[in-house]
Amino acid sequence: MSRELFRFKGGVHPPEHKAESNSRPIHAAPLPKQLVIPLRQHIGNPAKPVVNVGERVLKGQLIGAADGTISAAVHASSSGTVVAIEPRTVPHASGLPDTCIVIDTDGRDEWIAHEPLDYRALPATDLRMKLRDMGLAGLGGAVFPSAVKLDPGPAQACPTLILNGGECEPWITCDDVLMRHHADEILQGAAIMRHLLGSTEILVGIEANKPEAIAAMEAAAANLDFTVEVVAVPSIYPGGGAKQMIETLTGRQVPSGKLSTDIGIQVFNVGTAYALARAVHHGEPMISRLVTVTGHVLRPQNFEVLIGTPMQTLIELAGDRDGTTGILMGGPMMGVPMPNPGVPVVKATNCILVQSRELFPPLPKPLPCIRCTRCADACPAELQPQELFRFAKAGDFGRAQEYHLFDCIECGCCSYVCPSHLPLVDFYRYAKSEIWARERDKRAADLARERHEFRLFRQEREKAEKAAKLAAKAAAKRAELAEGGARPEPAGAAQADGAPAEASDADAKKALIAAALARAQAKKADAAPKNVDRLTPEQQREIEEIEARRAKIRELARKPLATEEDA
Amino acid sequence: MLTAIGVMVLLAIVIGTVLGWSAIRFRVEGNPLAEKIDAILPQTQCGQCGFPGCKPYAEAIAKGEADINQCPPGGEDGVKKLAELLGVEPKPLDETHGAPKPKSVAFIDEQTCIGCTLCIQACPVDAIVGAAKQMHTIIASECTGCELCLPPCPVDCISMVPIAEDLPHWKWKHPVIELKQVA
Ligand code: SF4
Ligand code: SF4
Ligand code: SF4
Ligand code: SF4
Repeated sequence: MSRELFRFKGGVHPPEHKAESNSRPIHAAPLPKQLVIPLRQHIGNPAKPVVNVGERVLKGQLIGAADGTISAAVHASSSGTVVAIEPRTVPHASGLPDTCIVIDTDGRDEWIAHEPLDYRALPATDLRMKLRDMGLAGLGGAVFPSAVKLDPGPAQACPTLILNGGECEPWITCDDVLMRHHADEILQGAAIMRHLLGSTEILVGIEANKPEAIAAMEAAAANLDFTVEVVAVPSIYPGGGAKQMIETLTGRQVPSGKLSTDIGIQVFNVGTAYALARAVHHGEPMISRLVTVTGHVLRPQNFEVLIGTPMQTLIELAGDRDGTTGILMGGPMMGVPMPNPGVPVVKATNCILVQSRELFPPLPKPLPCIRCTRCADACPAELQPQELFRFAKAGDFGRAQEYHLFDCIECGCCSYVCPSHLPLVDFYRYAKSEIWARERDKRAADLARERHEFRLFRQEREKAEKAAKLAAKAAAKRAELAEGGARPEPAGAAQADGAPAEASDADAKKALIAAALARAQAKKADAAPKNVDRLTPEQQREIEEIEARRAKIRELARKPLATEEDA
Repeated sequence: MLTAIGVMVLLAIVIGTVLGWSAIRFRVEGNPLAEKIDAILPQTQCGQCGFPGCKPYAEAIAKGEADINQCPPGGEDGVKKLAELLGVEPKPLDETHGAPKPKSVAFIDEQTCIGCTLCIQACPVDAIVGAAKQMHTIIASECTGCELCLPPCPVDCISMVPIAEDLPHWKWKHPVIELKQVA
């Protein structure tokens, strides 16, 4: 442990509050009566449901398939019956509903057939596809599909792999207890990551306030046939942020707008490594996770929770108390308030922090910014939070972007130190989503412009074509009439004789109109439906229904219809 | 003195020639100002501005024949951006052209649709699919919400459905902060 460590800029030291929950053993939360499993639990495309209402599903069965590369599957966390696929309130700051698969559990907790994968024998691409279909997503909070992160890309290898056990956010201890109790499996996960990424250097960064976890990980690392360096890093919030962890361990900074893989480093949360080991060595998809339930509860502790379990169940297990003022998913610095305690635990739920007036007294009313730049001193992303605040508040999003708004990791250090108690992060979140919305609108407008221009072009072309056709037809018809036979059938065969028309102009016109009328009549009579041979009985029935409906509508709308019949 | 005048005259001739030549050589196709204005307009193509589409309106603004506050879908925000581009004072929307509405998409009640194709002919962005005597459907992602397809429908089966806010489109609101008054 002689590694030279680096100090990232900024950071704060909020009270840790880890001891409340990290001393109790991990309890498995009991099986709830109903599981509500959202299809959008990760960044990227939501999963597509592959089960139907009424279907019986087994524990670990695929219920939502990954859609595209940046996506992850979702699975039934226990056996039971699918009772609904519908929008339900999900754990999101918006409080909006999103599509969920609702399963009434049968209490048998019956597994679907599953078996370990021989990851060394599988081609890397197949293995990544399998992991995507097992629903692997980063458990550190961002829930980015792990299969994508396990692709070293064109560089073919990512020399440095960092397991992040920083867990710098106050109150949360799920990674801490996971490392204490499952160090071996976490490192098995690291072995698989190393295999996929071709990494040669493996580091585990753990904040020094977790001596038990460090000891457990060191002991486990000693048994491996490859080198894993367990490094105690100073406890500074947000030292567990991916970019901060990289800087602390390697002294390198990820350039603005770049990924860590661009400088040959990939970072995974320890929980993700554990889940990966479970998936590969036991064939278990991501259907449960460790969740810290803490704050204003009687027995703060960590639970092994099935995805889809209502948060309320866990709060009751930990002993709910009077005087609850709210629930945060995540910690006090970056957590988001939950719309209600009934929302389900998802892959991103690392902590349920129950708030009370004593633990989280309401902030005093904000004062105007006094430009003290304390926020800038605390910002780990080396931004100018006071300027970002000014631009975001004024709606000057262009300037906010010039000041690298998108490098903000929403860590909350700036709000934490602000003597004016300004809710700075709320402004950055607002500005970011506003910018995204505008980009979306812009894309939609560009599409509309393109389509409109194409339509104008098409109309021009059609007009020209029509004119040409008409002219040709008129010429042909005149020639035909001149021949003498005013036949009403067009019959496609237009004979151009070249003989000049002797009949008077008026006569010719009259004949033309008569011919057109006759043609229209004939067309109307034999307007037979097309493609009606080889119909299934169902289609036949459907057609009949439609015809009946049409007949009715015609009755209703006889007048306007008369003019459009030939449109 | 004479040489000074001579030099100036010579310079004037040389620069004039270069400028004149480059004006022809590097001529910009179309009207760049109108294009910049068109880029700000929402491309709803609804015609509420009194022009047959966003581009004609943009051209009219560029020529100074139309005011900047005639586009309801663009809203106050659009007026502000146009004012900024043109270096004029923003003004409130001209009510006579209509008021901004929540963004909607058209929806065809397929049970009632008779397949007359009249709406297809009205849609400025070809967002409706269907053939004669077939039921028609609107491609919601391409519909601009211009409402031009509503009047032609003989059986009134098209309605405008406001776009509900869903998770991927949800936005953080502008935080309301009540600043404490400092004496
Ligand atoms: S810490 Fe608060 S008051 Fe000070 S400059 Fe930053 S935003 Fe302004
Ligand atoms: S929330 Fe953003 S601006 Fe504020 S300290 Fe963190 S990174 Fe910097
Ligand atoms: S009023 Fe309609 S047509 Fe005119 S510019 Fe605005 S969106 Fe385009
Ligand atoms: S479908 Fe109707 S409302 Fe939508 S763009 Fe076309 S004409 Fe306008």
